Amino acid sequence: MSSGGDAKLFARGKVAELRQELNSGGKKDKNYSAKKIALKKIVANMTMSNNDMVALFPDVIGCMNLPSLEIKKMCFLFLVNYSRMKPEVALKALPILVDDMTDNNPLVRALALRTISYVHVREFVEATFQPVKRLMQDNDPYVRKTAAFCVAKLYEHDKKMVENSDLIDRLNRMLKDENPTVVSSVLASLVDIWGRSESISLTIDYVSASKLVSILADCSEWCQTYILEALMAYVPQDSAEALLLAERIAPRLSHSNSAVVLTSCRVILYLMNYIAGEKHITSLCKKLSPPLVTLLSKPPEVQYLALRNAILILQKRPEVLRNDIRVFFCNYNDPIYVKVTKLELMFMLTTKENISVVLAELREYATEIDVHFVRKAVRAIGKLAIKIESAAKQCIETLLELVDAKIPYIVQEATVVIRNIFRKYPNQYESIISHVIRNIDDLDEPEAKAAVIWIIGQYADRIDNSDGLLQDYLATFHDETVEVQLALLTATVKLFIQRPTKGQQLVPQVLKWCTEETDDPDLRDRGYMYWRLLSTDPATAKQIVMGQKPPITAESEKLDPRTLEELCLNVGTLATVYLKPIHQVFRAARPRRLLPSPALQRSPVDDGTGNMLEYNPPTANMASASTSNSGLATIITTGDPVTPVYNGPPPSLPVAPGVNPGTTGPSNMNEAADAADAYFSGIGSQQMASMDLDGTGGGGAPQTQYVVTQNQQQVYQPQLAGGAATGELLLL
Amino acid sequence: MLSGILIFNQKGENLIFRAFRSDCRPRLADIFRIQVISNPQVRSPILTLGSTTFSHVKHENIYLVAVTKSNANAALVFEFLYRLVMLGKSYFGKLDEEAVKNNFVLIYELLDEILDFGYPQNTDPDTLKMYITTEGVKSAIANSPTDSSRITQQATGAISWRRSDIKYRKNEAFVDVIEDVNLLMSATGTVLRADVNGQIVMRAYLSGTPECKFGLNDRLLLDTGESSSNMNNPGGGNGLSTSKTTRAAAGSVTLEDCQFHQCVKLGRFDADRIISFVPPDGEFELMRYRATENVNLPFKVHPIVREIGTTKVEYSVAIKANYSSKLFATNVVIRIPTPLNTAKTTERTSQGRAKYEPEQNNIVWKIARFSGQSEYVLNAEATLTTMTHQKAWSRPPLSLSFSLLMFTSSGLLVRYLKVFEKNNYSSVKWVRYMTRAGSYEIRF
Repeated sequence: MSSGGDAKLFARGKVAELRQELNSGGKKDKNYSAKKIALKKIVANMTMSNNDMVALFPDVIGCMNLPSLEIKKMCFLFLVNYSRMKPEVALKALPILVDDMTDNNPLVRALALRTISYVHVREFVEATFQPVKRLMQDNDPYVRKTAAFCVAKLYEHDKKMVENSDLIDRLNRMLKDENPTVVSSVLASLVDIWGRSESISLTIDYVSASKLVSILADCSEWCQTYILEALMAYVPQDSAEALLLAERIAPRLSHSNSAVVLTSCRVILYLMNYIAGEKHITSLCKKLSPPLVTLLSKPPEVQYLALRNAILILQKRPEVLRNDIRVFFCNYNDPIYVKVTKLELMFMLTTKENISVVLAELREYATEIDVHFVRKAVRAIGKLAIKIESAAKQCIETLLELVDAKIPYIVQEATVVIRNIFRKYPNQYESIISHVIRNIDDLDEPEAKAAVIWIIGQYADRIDNSDGLLQDYLATFHDETVEVQLALLTATVKLFIQRPTKGQQLVPQVLKWCTEETDDPDLRDRGYMYWRLLSTDPATAKQIVMGQKPPITAESEKLDPRTLEELCLNVGTLATVYLKPIHQVFRAARPRRLLPSPALQRSPVDDGTGNMLEYNPPTANMASASTSNSGLATIITTGDPVTPVYNGPPPSLPVAPGVNPGTTGPSNMNEAADAADAYFSGIGSQQMASMDLDGTGGGGAPQTQYVVTQNQQQVYQPQLAGGAATGELLLL
Repeated sequence: MLSGILIFNQKGENLIFRAFRSDCRPRLADIFRIQVISNPQVRSPILTLGSTTFSHVKHENIYLVAVTKSNANAALVFEFLYRLVMLGKSYFGKLDEEAVKNNFVLIYELLDEILDFGYPQNTDPDTLKMYITTEGVKSAIANSPTDSSRITQQATGAISWRRSDIKYRKNEAFVDVIEDVNLLMSATGTVLRADVNGQIVMRAYLSGTPECKFGLNDRLLLDTGESSSNMNNPGGGNGLSTSKTTRAAAGSVTLEDCQFHQCVKLGRFDADRIISFVPPDGEFELMRYRATENVNLPFKVHPIVREIGTTKVEYSVAIKANYSSKLFATNVVIRIPTPLNTAKTTERTSQGRAKYEPEQNNIVWKIARFSGQSEYVLNAEATLTTMTHQKAWSRPPLSLSFSLLMFTSSGLLVRYLKVFEKNNYSSVKWVRYMTRAGSYEIRF
């Protein structure tokens, strides 16, 4: 097949010259080659958004009826592109299109119908209504499927007009068409309309669903996807029916098109909600696993999608991915977004049994070049220590080995996670404190500094020169970020409480700075709080400041059940990449829920996930908080009411030991305590700042930028530190 | 579904802009250019801004971008973009900036045909080539409604991938079994992962509408219900404990998973593991499979790498061929990473040639022909320049590429290919096996 040599035509041109070319040639030019070349140049200029071309509209329409399909197609393209700018000129093309819709060549009829329905001009839309009704019953299936899509297009142009006509009824009747491609096109069109309409509901009964499944095999891969998507509108009334359909869909999992595979996964997972019997569920789950892993041999973008969905499915049906964790090990050349997601899955799949292999692998990653990835690997090691208690020691040893390599960003990351390990296992691993502190001079990031300061404060009585170390930091107090200042304040108070002689000089100085020489409200408030506390009742102060706090958990990244349910109904869609409540990312998306039926196995929201002590999702605030790093994110919302209470007894600070958790209910209690704990360790405000940049705050701009980092371990993003950079992006 | 398809070159010039819905505004091209092409921070193929999502793939020197609104089926979006690449290759040989510029009108024509309102339509190149051609000759069909009807039946029919009027004087079918073997070996020599991604490519030159049946030495494990794991099974809780029998019955292979071309009757395979299909004309990928058990690794590599102080690295790399001495591998290339501050290297090899490639930070050792059971050694030394900031070397893995004919790492064999056609002609079938390196990485 020869390659066209049109590259030379791909250049900016002037209207006058092109007009002349378009009208040249005359009778000698039998094949209209001069006109073709001119039109090609015009199309190229159109692509380059050279909007001067619109001036050529009448000339282009003049060429529309030449007996050359190639020319016609170029003219149509021009028409679709510019009709909105010059609707009155575009009207001249209308009779040609209407005429073409009666051509005896089916390809021409379809082309005309397809084109006329792209034109967003009232007269064109109106002129389509009658012909499309006729063409929906055309004897050529190619024309009929074009007519099916045409209805959805008309609906986009003018909802009212379509709803007031009988087009949707007619479309519905086309579901009886004998041609599978037509049927699937009708379904795609109906689902499209349903997605944009409040008034139309889409339901499919078992007989129809069963018929649709039976024509799957006779459809192209895309049509299979449309049918599968439409099957989500079937609500099983009976467990056996749901099972039968699921089993009939299962062979699609072997299709080479990942859209068919993932959409089949979606339908099967959906049907599973209506299937009784552990045995059946287990056997279906087993069918889902190999295809998901096989998608890892596809191009990286598809791998990424498969991995994100694996994270999702794993939370809903842990039995699906009982695979060898090693299939998720990173290849050196995987793109970073694949690596990071694999890392996350590895974290989720790590158990007591395989932790050694995983740790060895993570250590390997920690020597790679990409700083972001290395940090995540280090972070994952720390989180594994928190997740799997029996392996904590092993994880810590790995971390210390990494710290010894003295690569600054690894040291900083490790310091932060070791701080968290201390919070999880108080009084167990103090022997490594000296090891961590040895690298104190390498730390230059606020989060790492705050972490090491927290360690110094918490263990002030076990570190010989704790006062000296703090003093070093206090020397530059005014230059530090608020995050570090908060940590310093708390640490100094802790030092004073534990070793009054050493701390007595530092405390007044720090309190003075915090209360008199700072603009930051949190710092001031907390400074005053400590001040009051220490001056009124030192014993209580000790109880509160050094009191026992509930340990942190690593399971906080689970999606809340409602979001999980919704995302599982959207397997394979963009939302599964973000793993967030769908309306947050796609405001216009029509919500989906599990619909009740006698066969529904469990009430939609009481999923077995349990362990959701972090938040009670339904409040608006909470929902947005849950997008960030969960456990910590709640601090923002619960922390708020805590802050202003500084001159009375601290009623909402239930951190003192001995408070009976039963009084407030365990979840609230833990939540508040966790919040207070983290708040005092000084990370709340930083978290707040990064939240803001991450999106929900947005700084006034209604647009939100999501990249890929949802539901992952806390990320360090250097580009976010600037703030302005992301802010600018949002303005565009 | 898709609101528009955009193609850019690396400079960010817009080569193709086709909107399928009115929400795909021209200024989106500028937004993509600024947010993705000229933004080195972007690491994801998906970017959502407000209600607009850009999904892109990079191919050769162009970006192919799909614009969607709301929560689209992302798998479909990427599959479509890759299909577009495949179509481009099929039409123009390859799809790069030059090809796009040389055929931009044809690409618009194709896009108009394969997407309607942003919904992918028939994308089979065989059918499309019946009426969309580079020469612009066949547009004569505009005058011939009967031809057109044939095309439309084909494009919407149950076997959209095959024309019915194909005739060959000699009926032949070629089957290529191509395996990519992946290995990840730890520095201590344990195999962290070894698996095979296989594909079976067929070139069918068969007349009429042939019904093919294809048999492999696939150990038909009518799912006894075990997952593939052999290390990671917590077992407890749901009674799913693993008891997979590792009976390595000679002559059969366990396929972890298979994926088939559109033409294969999946219901049939699911029910009785029979691969039955009406093939497209010419070359197509019949199936892909994955195997993880009893993977035969063609090469065993044993690297010894020692860092001598901060000035020198010594290498001794031994590589042994694990296959029969009757076979030989070709184009064996071993890439041995060197530190970034390598000043010069010296190499000695017992076979083949080794060369330092500074831009890749590799010593590349090439052996054109590698007979089975033989073993070769490379000794090398890299001298390092001193750096003011001594940073530890990240030691990327050593990697291999090769191709080896008449060998399958999984042990897969084609047992038969039967062709049934109503004219009952006889046909000749050929099978060829090849194993290549997928990601064959050895850490050290």
